[in-house]
Amino acid sequence: MKSLRFPRSPKVIVGLVVLGFFIFLMIFGPYLAPYSPDNTSFAPLLTPSAHHWFGTTSLGQDIFSQTLVGARATMVVAGVAGLAATMLSILIGISAGYIGGFTDDGLSLMSNVFLALPGLPLLIVIDSYLPVNSRSNSLIIGLIISLTGWAWGARVLRAQTMSLRNRDFVESARIIGEKRMRIMFTEVAPNLLPILASSLLFTILYSIGAYVTLAYIGLTSTSVWNWGTMLFWAQSNNAPLSGEWYWFVPPGICIALVGTSLALLNFGIDEFINPRLRAGGLSGRQRRRLGMPRRQRLGLTPVVRSVTTAPRISVQTQNPVTP
Amino acid sequence: MRLVGRRLALYALTFWVAITVNFLLPHLMPGNPIQTMIGKLTGTVTPAEIRSIRLAFGGGVDKSLLSQYFTYIGQLLHGNLGFSFTNSASVSSILRQYVPWTICLIGVATIISFLIGTVSGALLGWTRGSRLDSLIPTATFFQATPYFFLATVMLLVFASNLHWFPPLDGYNISSVHPGWTWAFVFSALRYGQLPLISIVLSSVAGWMLGMRNMMITMVAEDFVLMSIAMGLPKRKVIWAAARNAVLPSIANLSLAIGLVVSGALLVELVFNYPGVGDLLLNAISSEDYPLIQGIFLIITLAVLAANLLADLVYLLLDPRTRTEVAP
Repeated sequence: MKSLRFPRSPKVIVGLVVLGFFIFLMIFGPYLAPYSPDNTSFAPLLTPSAHHWFGTTSLGQDIFSQTLVGARATMVVAGVAGLAATMLSILIGISAGYIGGFTDDGLSLMSNVFLALPGLPLLIVIDSYLPVNSRSNSLIIGLIISLTGWAWGARVLRAQTMSLRNRDFVESARIIGEKRMRIMFTEVAPNLLPILASSLLFTILYSIGAYVTLAYIGLTSTSVWNWGTMLFWAQSNNAPLSGEWYWFVPPGICIALVGTSLALLNFGIDEFINPRLRAGGLSGRQRRRLGMPRRQRLGLTPVVRSVTTAPRISVQTQNPVTP
Repeated sequence: MRLVGRRLALYALTFWVAITVNFLLPHLMPGNPIQTMIGKLTGTVTPAEIRSIRLAFGGGVDKSLLSQYFTYIGQLLHGNLGFSFTNSASVSSILRQYVPWTICLIGVATIISFLIGTVSGALLGWTRGSRLDSLIPTATFFQATPYFFLATVMLLVFASNLHWFPPLDGYNISSVHPGWTWAFVFSALRYGQLPLISIVLSSVAGWMLGMRNMMITMVAEDFVLMSIAMGLPKRKVIWAAARNAVLPSIANLSLAIGLVVSGALLVELVFNYPGVGDLLLNAISSEDYPLIQGIFLIITLAVLAANLLADLVYLLLDPRTRTEVAP
């Protein structure tokens, strides 16, 4: 496969930088934290200062340390859940779209049922029955979240697989006599890459929300620090009403930033799949510089023509072969 | 009306799956949660109430799983969702008290945010490339923020600092009593504003971005160019394009409604709003399993009903679905 030309728009760059920062925190956060997140030896409810960047909780724990340590659990669970759900959706979506017939009917019905079921309440019911020691296990929580998050991806992948199923290159693979599994995963799947990536980002986004929500309502073990448990403690100590903003704003902003970075990357993928969306990303100044009309004319998709691609006759191209 | 029939069958099946999951979970989970719960309760509630809890889970442990399953479904058909021991009342009577609050709040919020989001998304898509596009990163940020976090911030800023809105509860619990009096209705409307605004703010971005993308694709269609060329007023052209662009967004409601409702339930929790979300949290913290399960079933039922409603709207808007040709 040729290297893909991923749009290098500001959105994608900002998304990559922010996501990269949080992946860095996921790996190194616990080592960078100045104190233990459980250390209760400080004065309670200190406002942010040089010693405690984000202040302290009512138990005297350092909020900055909690935020850094919490990055790992939050991101790992979201990643596990996102990956597992995407695997499920690949397996179910591609099989349904490629095999067709009764298999398709059955699998589509299953994904439609899972789409219609409200995911979060289902998660809450499952999680409330989990024994307490399983609630602290990131892997188990991640896998349960993935059970409620695969259906959308499966539906999108199925639709795209169906449109690829009868293309010539798939037909020829079939005529050569390649096995069905091989066609599905080496011929069809690579062509679904942009959609797959978009579905992965979307699922990770969902998983972060689901995990943080479960933690926020007290359904994950409180011995594991994540951004949701921080919000749980802030809420149960009435921090928003007593004006202790520094307690719940840092974890909330972190969640929102990770989510935004994923959504921005998704924009990039959308623009890659549907170039019409791309020109929308130019600012007014960029448009003027490129000589584009400020308002777009209907029925026309503006194309950015950079100077280097303008036709220019050069001697080199006229005589490509030198004797 | 084949479409409606098919969707109805799908939703019936989904509800059956929800019921079955609800039944199987406590029976299959390690550690036998029902037995543990009843063991803890013995002495605090009457034997008759324990019998009622057992019955709602399908009867005694001595019977086979299948016969317990049928007992469970029989109980559900009679409207018996079990007995909530923390509230010393039957689950269905508690739900009757809390559900109207939630349906009003989340229903109104969803309709408002869908309308605002769709209209603004259509305009954003139409004026693509204009200054309005700078709204998109902000909208993305709001979309990525958990509902309950935004609600918490709103509570801090607008209720406890600026005092524009009353902070907690669904009505003024110290001065009015629930009932159909003007004082109560006004109080409920006043207390509902902030939760409503925060749900709308959290959910509007999703509708807006989806609609914008569809609108951009639609504006490039030939019929739009044609209507401009025919000299139709701009208002009419936008309307025609928007009408076509909104269809996929209505068709995708089934995914969105579940997400919006899930998020909005937690907003109730932040504002201590007397709805199902707040009830659910209390049920979780006291491990009141019959209540948790009853809430799950009622939420599922409400979401499925909303989905069916969306399907009917879709049918109304898209004449192609009304022909009797299978798609």
